[in-house]
Amino acid sequence: MVDHECDDAVEKLYEYLDGELDGPTMQQVKDHLQRCSPCLEAFDFHDQLRHVVQHKCAEQMPLEMKAKLLHLIDETEPTSPPA
Amino acid sequence: MADQATFSAQVEPFMDQLYGAAMRMTRNPADAEDLLQETFLRAYRGFPNFTDGTNLRAWLYRILTNTYINTYRAKQRRPEQTELDEVEDMYLYRRIGGLEAATLGRSAEDELMDLFAESEVKEAIESLPDNFRVAVLLADIEGFAYKEIAEMLDIPIGTVMSRLHRGRKALQKSLHEFAVTRGLASDDPVTAET
Repeated sequence: MVDHECDDAVEKLYEYLDGELDGPTMQQVKDHLQRCSPCLEAFDFHDQLRHVVQHKCAEQMPLEMKAKLLHLIDETEPTSPPA
Repeated sequence: MADQATFSAQVEPFMDQLYGAAMRMTRNPADAEDLLQETFLRAYRGFPNFTDGTNLRAWLYRILTNTYINTYRAKQRRPEQTELDEVEDMYLYRRIGGLEAATLGRSAEDELMDLFAESEVKEAIESLPDNFRVAVLLADIEGFAYKEIAEMLDIPIGTVMSRLHRGRKALQKSLHEFAVTRGLASDDPVTAET
C-alpha cells in the first residue's frame, strides 16, 4: 500500500462511484482497489451506503393521488389540436 | 414530437419515483401533491415539445426540479440556508466502518441496512439545506449523471460536484447522529486506516 496512492484514490471516491471518471483514471482507481484492501473496504462502504439510502427512500405514490393526477391530465385541454 | 394522448401512459411508470423526489423536496405529502400537480400540468402542456426517444425520465425530473425551485420554493418565503458545517471526508466510515463488518452469513450491506430506520434516512436527507438536498437527491437516489443535474439546476458541473461532496458529508454526519442516539456508535472516530 502506497500512501499517496490511497490519497489519490480516496480523492476520487465519489467520481469513481458515480461513474464520472474517464476510462484511464477509472482503471487506475480500480487497479489500486485491487491492491489495497483498506481502500476497497472504504469504497464498498460508500457504495453500500448509497444503496441503503436509495432503498430507504423508495416511495409509492398513494393510489388516490395517482388517480387524481391522471384525472387532472384527462381534464386538461391538449395544447395543439390533433393534426 | 410527442403525442399528448399517450402522455399518461408514458409518465405513469415514473410516478412513484417522482413522488419520492417530491416528498424529499417539500418534506410533506400535501406540498408534494401540489408540486406534482403543477409538474404534471407543465409536462403535459410541454409534451408536444418533447422529442420521442430522448430521455423522458430526465425531462420529467427537469420540470419537477424547476417547478420546485421557481414556484414552490419561492412561495415558502423562508430565508434560504446555504451554509453547511465543514465535515471531514468519509465521516461515517471512520466512525462506524467496523460496525457493518458482516457477521457470518450476512452481507455488510444487510448490516448497514439494519443500522438505520427508514424514517432516519429520510429525515437525514430532508434536514440538508435546499441546494445540497436537491443535488444529493438527484445523484444518490435518482442516479442522474453530473451533467444531467447541472442542466436541471442550471449550474456548472463543478458546482454540482461541490454541492454533492458537501451534502453527502453532511448527510453522513446526521446519519451518524442517529446511530449515536440509539447507542449503536460512539462519538469518536474508530477507523483511520485509509
